[in-house]
Amino acid sequence: MALEHTDGGDPGLRQMYNRPMKRLSERVIVFTLALAAAVSAITTVSIIVVLVGESIPFFREVGLGEFLNPSREWQPLFRPVQFGVWELVAGTMTIVFWSLVIAIPIGLGSAIYLSEYAHPRTRAILKPLLEALASVPTVVYAYFALTFITLDILRPILGDSISVFNAMGASIVMAIMLIPTIASISEDAMSAVPRELREGAYGLGSTRLEVASRVVFPAALSGIIASILLAIARAVGETMIVAVAAGSTPVLSMNPLQSVQTMTGYMLQVGLGDAGRGSVQYTSLFAVGLTLFLLTMVFNIAANALVRRFREVYV
Amino acid sequence: MASLNAPVAGIAELQATGQVARRQRISRLSRWFLLGVSLIGVLALIVLAYDTISNGYSRLSLDFFTNYPSRFADRAGLRSSILGSIWVLGITITLVVPIAIGTAIWIEEFAPRNALVSLIKLNISNLASVPSIIYGILGLALFVRFMSLGPSILAGALTLFLMILPMTVIASQEAIRQVPDSIRQGSLALGASRWQTVRSHVLPGALPGMITGLILAMARAAGETAALIMIGAFAFIAFDNTSMFDDFTTMPIQVYNWTTRPQEAFRQNAAAAIIVLMTVVLTFNIAAAVLRERFRTN
Repeated sequence: MALEHTDGGDPGLRQMYNRPMKRLSERVIVFTLALAAAVSAITTVSIIVVLVGESIPFFREVGLGEFLNPSREWQPLFRPVQFGVWELVAGTMTIVFWSLVIAIPIGLGSAIYLSEYAHPRTRAILKPLLEALASVPTVVYAYFALTFITLDILRPILGDSISVFNAMGASIVMAIMLIPTIASISEDAMSAVPRELREGAYGLGSTRLEVASRVVFPAALSGIIASILLAIARAVGETMIVAVAAGSTPVLSMNPLQSVQTMTGYMLQVGLGDAGRGSVQYTSLFAVGLTLFLLTMVFNIAANALVRRFREVYV
Repeated sequence: MASLNAPVAGIAELQATGQVARRQRISRLSRWFLLGVSLIGVLALIVLAYDTISNGYSRLSLDFFTNYPSRFADRAGLRSSILGSIWVLGITITLVVPIAIGTAIWIEEFAPRNALVSLIKLNISNLASVPSIIYGILGLALFVRFMSLGPSILAGALTLFLMILPMTVIASQEAIRQVPDSIRQGSLALGASRWQTVRSHVLPGALPGMITGLILAMARAAGETAALIMIGAFAFIAFDNTSMFDDFTTMPIQVYNWTTRPQEAFRQNAAAAIIVLMTVVLTFNIAAAVLRERFRTN
């Protein structure tokens, strides 16, 4: 609501701002604005209606048991047709795992450097450069994953033990995409740590590394974890990099050298194909979409709760 | 513990020894190590740019911009995808500007403080983190099938509009919040109504921030692939778009198309198309950054 911007808030002023609107034209304008806000509410309702509504025929035909059964494969196209979603989830998690293995050290290292070591002039150059990584369209990363990483680097080094479509290339590039997410939110969390904590540590003779690792890092931990959760959510929902570079072979394995299929990769595959309107392939799209939506929502809600907590503790 | 060295007359230097010296040395080394780690990201960016530009540069020519896509790599061009991108983004921005700004104004200036409004705010921030392919599915079911718009420019624009709406609303909210309350107070003190205050004082003050947010959202929409593929835009378009009900393709979709072809020559095309796409996206981002710097309040 208006006028929470000032601290305290003069009650007389708030009353003035809240006095009932006399003129009809004002009320019409405010009503129109409220209609605009309704668009976002309608969007969420639509997403839920579409995902749930179109999945119901799928679950009626295939059954929730088959869908969630870990011993069933994901084979919607060829006989014998199976609909165990775990292979797709495993594919997603493989990529997420390997990309975090790379992105977390680099992202956190960058955040610590920017927050604790960097000269303001270095910061002014380095931070925008890292944020530039975040603005690259994912299809460009997809191209890079397939051509440069897989064809020019991984294949020459590892030869035939790595297939052309593999999880490693996609993970490396996904990691590059995630570095700014982890770095910028962790750096925000570290900057929010009060100066007094650092100064106390320096006063007792700590070195810069000790202050960064033993004082700032633990103090900013909830923000750092939030950044990792947000990175996971982004990685889970990312489509183009995995669709191009990771392949379309659903398997239940964490081996980064082979081709996998993720939830998003499968969804794109259905979108590119011509699944007929009522067919089980078409409805499987929505069932997988619903799973994806719930998974990302869980990580995002957890991350936002943590972000709120670290903002409250120090502000 | 500390020994005194006095190399210059009058100046004593404290030299740490033993454990302390070791800890200080480790800390000094860590600075360079962490700088190196930070530069890995920058290095990746440079390698990406260099590899793409060197692969695609030779392909850039007038023909490349005026040709339609083709089965033959050397005859294929970006014409239909550039036009498609312009059409889709044009309609998207027309939809986003009023709805995003209207929503932000309502939430920040007029909405009552109750549970429903808090829910709407929470809802917007959740929508901002929904993966783009889900918006694609929504667009497919709602605009392409239910509203029978088919895989048209309008359906694509509506889908992108829904996708970038939450982030634009959030940016506009931030911009409105930056306007100092004293301005609102002064306006009200002179007898203006709430809407007059907003229209004449808050909005102009928030405008730079809103435009920055809008430009960044458009950059995001310009690079979006998955959502548009889901609504059916992955077609062989060999004509110029003349109506919003046409089938279409966009630059990122063309990049995807060419990247996934087995022939090496198509990947060169993809690299060239990426150069064009990145130029557009970078221009947007730099414009937004410049705008943000110029109007930054201290």
